[in-house]
Amino acid sequence: MEIFKIIGIGLIAATTAAVIKPQRPEISMQIILVAGIAMFILVITQLSSVIEIMNSFAQKAGIQPEFLKTVIKITGIAYLTEFAASICKDSGESALAYKMEFAGKIIIIALAVPIFAAVMNLLVRIMP
Amino acid sequence: MGIDLIFKIAAIGILVSVLNQVLIRAGREEQAMLTTLAGLIVVLMMVIKEISRLFETVKSVFNL
Repeated sequence: MEIFKIIGIGLIAATTAAVIKPQRPEISMQIILVAGIAMFILVITQLSSVIEIMNSFAQKAGIQPEFLKTVIKITGIAYLTEFAASICKDSGESALAYKMEFAGKIIIIALAVPIFAAVMNLLVRIMP
Repeated sequence: MGIDLIFKIAAIGILVSVLNQVLIRAGREEQAMLTTLAGLIVVLMMVIKEISRLFETVKSVFNL
């Protein structure tokens, strides 16, 4: 079971980070970073199979593959931004974290504009 | 890989702390500072490999 591994990694990393923190706060931040990456790599393989299934259904439903690709891409960007921003926030740099989240939002909007434009085009075509 | 790396980083942190204390007691503040810096750089070099692995995985899964 993956979940036991993840709980173990989380608890051990939290304990180790708490032990190290008073002496070396910079090293405790690295421990948290590595723990996050390890957990993510443990579960990401399952997500990739889900994405495969979603892709096959989209093909059957006749959705343009470009749109689903954009949605998945946005999920990835959101995950990465959140990961980095929460680590920045934990190490006390919340200003930097907010800027990172803001940049992620801007990039997501830029990626989502084509979908929005397609919806708008459809509306214009339907309306008399 | 994950838990080994966490323990390794924690061990480096404890070792650097001990060396830091010893060097400060011996009156070598400069060396103590350099030890801290070296420890941080060693840990960063270990972590940066993991970060690049994370980016590769995210790229391949989400088609970025």
